[in-house]
Amino acid sequence: MRFRRYAPIAGLVLFVIALQLALSAAGAAYYFTQITMSVYYSLVALGLCLLMGYAGQISLGHAGFFAIGGYTSAFLTTHNIATSGGGSAVRLLQQLGLLVERQDLYGNAIVNLSPWLALAIAMAVTTAVALLVGLPVIRLRGHYLAMATLGFGIIVYRVVLGTAGLGEADGFSDVPPFRLFGWLEVNGRKPFAAQNYYIAWTLVVIVMLLGANLVRSRVGRALRSIRESEEAADALGVNVARYKLTVFVLSAWLAALAGVFATHYRGGIGPSEATAFKSIRYVAIVAAGGMTNLWGALTMGVLLNFLSLRGVFGSYDDAVFGAILIAIMLFAPDGLVRVPRLFRRIRKKLDGSLSA
Amino acid sequence: MDRCLLDTQGLNRFFGGLHAVRDLELRVAEGDILALIGPNGAGKTTTLNIIAGALKPESGVVRFRGKPITGWKPHAIAGLGIARTFQTTRLFPRMTVAENVQVGRHIRSRAGFLAGMFHLPRTWKEERAIREAALAILEKLGLAEDADTPAGNLSFGRQRGVEFARALAMEPSLLLLDEPAAGLNIYETAELARLITRIRDWGITVVIVEHDMSLVMEISDAVVVLHEGSILAQGKPAEIQKDSEVIRIYLGEDHA
Amino acid sequence: MPTDQIVQYCLSGITVGSIYAIVAIGFNIIYNTTGVINFAQGEFVVLGAMTSISLAARMPLAIAVALAALITALIGALVELLFIRPAKQPTVLRLIIITIGVSILLRETALHVWDEKVHALPFFTGTEVSSVTLLGAHVSPQVLWVLGACALIVAGLSLFFKFTLPGRAMRACAANRTAAQLCGIKVRWMVTASFMLSAGVGALAGCVISPVTQTQYDMGAPLAIKGFTVAILGGLGNSIAAVAAGLLLGLLEAFSISLFPLAYQDVIAIVVLLAVLCFRPSGLFGRRDAHAFGEF
Repeated sequence: MRFRRYAPIAGLVLFVIALQLALSAAGAAYYFTQITMSVYYSLVALGLCLLMGYAGQISLGHAGFFAIGGYTSAFLTTHNIATSGGGSAVRLLQQLGLLVERQDLYGNAIVNLSPWLALAIAMAVTTAVALLVGLPVIRLRGHYLAMATLGFGIIVYRVVLGTAGLGEADGFSDVPPFRLFGWLEVNGRKPFAAQNYYIAWTLVVIVMLLGANLVRSRVGRALRSIRESEEAADALGVNVARYKLTVFVLSAWLAALAGVFATHYRGGIGPSEATAFKSIRYVAIVAAGGMTNLWGALTMGVLLNFLSLRGVFGSYDDAVFGAILIAIMLFAPDGLVRVPRLFRRIRKKLDGSLSA
Repeated sequence: MDRCLLDTQGLNRFFGGLHAVRDLELRVAEGDILALIGPNGAGKTTTLNIIAGALKPESGVVRFRGKPITGWKPHAIAGLGIARTFQTTRLFPRMTVAENVQVGRHIRSRAGFLAGMFHLPRTWKEERAIREAALAILEKLGLAEDADTPAGNLSFGRQRGVEFARALAMEPSLLLLDEPAAGLNIYETAELARLITRIRDWGITVVIVEHDMSLVMEISDAVVVLHEGSILAQGKPAEIQKDSEVIRIYLGEDHA
Repeated sequence: MPTDQIVQYCLSGITVGSIYAIVAIGFNIIYNTTGVINFAQGEFVVLGAMTSISLAARMPLAIAVALAALITALIGALVELLFIRPAKQPTVLRLIIITIGVSILLRETALHVWDEKVHALPFFTGTEVSSVTLLGAHVSPQVLWVLGACALIVAGLSLFFKFTLPGRAMRACAANRTAAQLCGIKVRWMVTASFMLSAGVGALAGCVISPVTQTQYDMGAPLAIKGFTVAILGGLGNSIAAVAAGLLLGLLEAFSISLFPLAYQDVIAIVVLLAVLCFRPSGLFGRRDAHAFGEF
């Protein structure tokens, strides 16, 4: 009985594996790159879905968190700390195995932070920023909240665009791979394409699992109650402010995590990841999937990003997402993806025919 | 002398130039049904909102079992076991009736984000307890058949019932009702009277803001009449009915 | 800082600030009538300018500007009819998202109808090198056009809302939609009218500032944000305060050049926005219930 609730996740895993086998067999393995990137982008959408659909808070600046994660990790794994002094700290990190030594083009020794340490720092920075932004902003409603988060996103964009140390308009382009454990590595090299495909999907499956659990739990109910009526939820003992902030930080973490992994996968990151249009895209994806629908956000996230990356929308890329936003809000405010409902209807039909 | 469950002292609240609550000294005895009545604008709902933490008074204290709770946030006050309903039903329309009542169990359960995400075994038991408690309350109130219906689809009267069930799920010691009879017909009001009396018999103290005089006179143990923000008269229902000042503010000079 | 440089900065700040003020007024007009924040406000400015630039190649400047304002007003009406009116359950969130989508569509339209290059309307009087001496500083005569246009727009709108029937009808809708309907006011058309007015006014602003700052297809979004900042700073719904707030922001930006590198200049407006939203959401001059009064 307990295992029935995990059936959709199992279905997803089977689908992922089947897709990989099918594409490899058909010699279409070149799709893996775009699928992998789409999967990382949909991770951001999942976090945003929790924030918008469950806590009822809109955010037009989530690309900013993706960028914070990606840029922090990119910077720390490419910055030669040997030039920055701090000898004893460097030696300590070296002893803990948290440094990576390489050689640059001229044979000089470079010392960078290990990607794991960079990841930890990136998450810490994200947490700090999310709290700093979230605390004042979470009290706001409607268009005030939208504008405030938009403003935050733009500040991040301006900072990464305008700071020489962050590559300005070019960003970073020589980010090293991220060795997870043993031979498992996040990188963009062709022989590793299938491996990275699975790494990305594993992240998403874990998040879906945790997310689906959360939504059905006491906390999930509390979040939904906040979205329905903040006043009533407050009167029932739900600490509305704290829950909103927690979900905000959680969604920031997911975006930053996606940013870190995607950056190591692509070997780089640029200011285009932090634009307002990127943020708005994520909102369009969540809206199209149905605000409260994690599966919808995942489906739309992978689908729409994949189509966009393959250039199907051409130079009308942004326009398509704008049109999607409008169309969904006007004609299908509950989103397009009804997978759970579909499952339920199928199950009801099966139950009916069995008992007949 | 009953123990005083809740009392206010020197409570003041302004809305711009309007002195809505004026040096209010209210005492709610434990186990009572106390009715707060008065003409429109007397400050009844404002007082209720201040007690529930939805509004902050400009000055004065609110004490619960002697402990000051002035200025506490609504969720903190709920955590003390003070439940409230709203003038217009604030159900969670897209959640089912059962889920609405389950949210009422929020302060009586503990599973947080981590427990929720990882679906730990100790949370299985808690979840089941929450579900059963919610269902039990719905059955007590005769609403169990609607358990899986989205709350927004219910009729107005039954929605009110769900709001009650949700508040009772908190196992409160004090229940604040804001015009619960508004919009109910005679039969529904009679049912409401029975329900509130049952609630009092379960040991829950009730403070009710109401305009329906027959309901008030029928069920209250104590009546407090507010006028322009302060107490005009208080006492047993029968005494209030005969009080000339009260009659004057409700019906005008001629009837005093 | 030498005095003539101060005056220079001041004039430059006031010029840009006037445009922000007009965008803010555009926000307020629509907000006052509908309660919606029109994220696409900045695009009206851009479209107006671009249209007038195309038209000015074929006709006298004055007519080009007037025609461009008219066309943009019609586009505003179209936007309302196509995207706002059909909204079935118009929650604030949904309408925000719709106007965001609209702003993207308009921006992409501008990109594909024109191009990504920078364009500019010719100077209304003189050329880019002519200058007028004002308080010891040399300014382009276009600055006077900008200030004049802003003053005219504010005065014109004040009179419109106070003394004309359509203007009063729009204020009535803002104060109480149902009551307005009961008075026979066709609220839906008032909503359309507010979009038209907003768009037309924005277009005029775009035309008058184009010779000075040039026009590019993607200037809409930054303008919208700064305009919104100004609207909030003055108090949402309060257009007289928007003028003051606009000038304030313009001056702030102008003088900040001496302190911050150019790359971060846009950040100033956003920092102001965030500060206002966090500490004083009702703005410097606004009342918390400004919307309820629907003041111009």
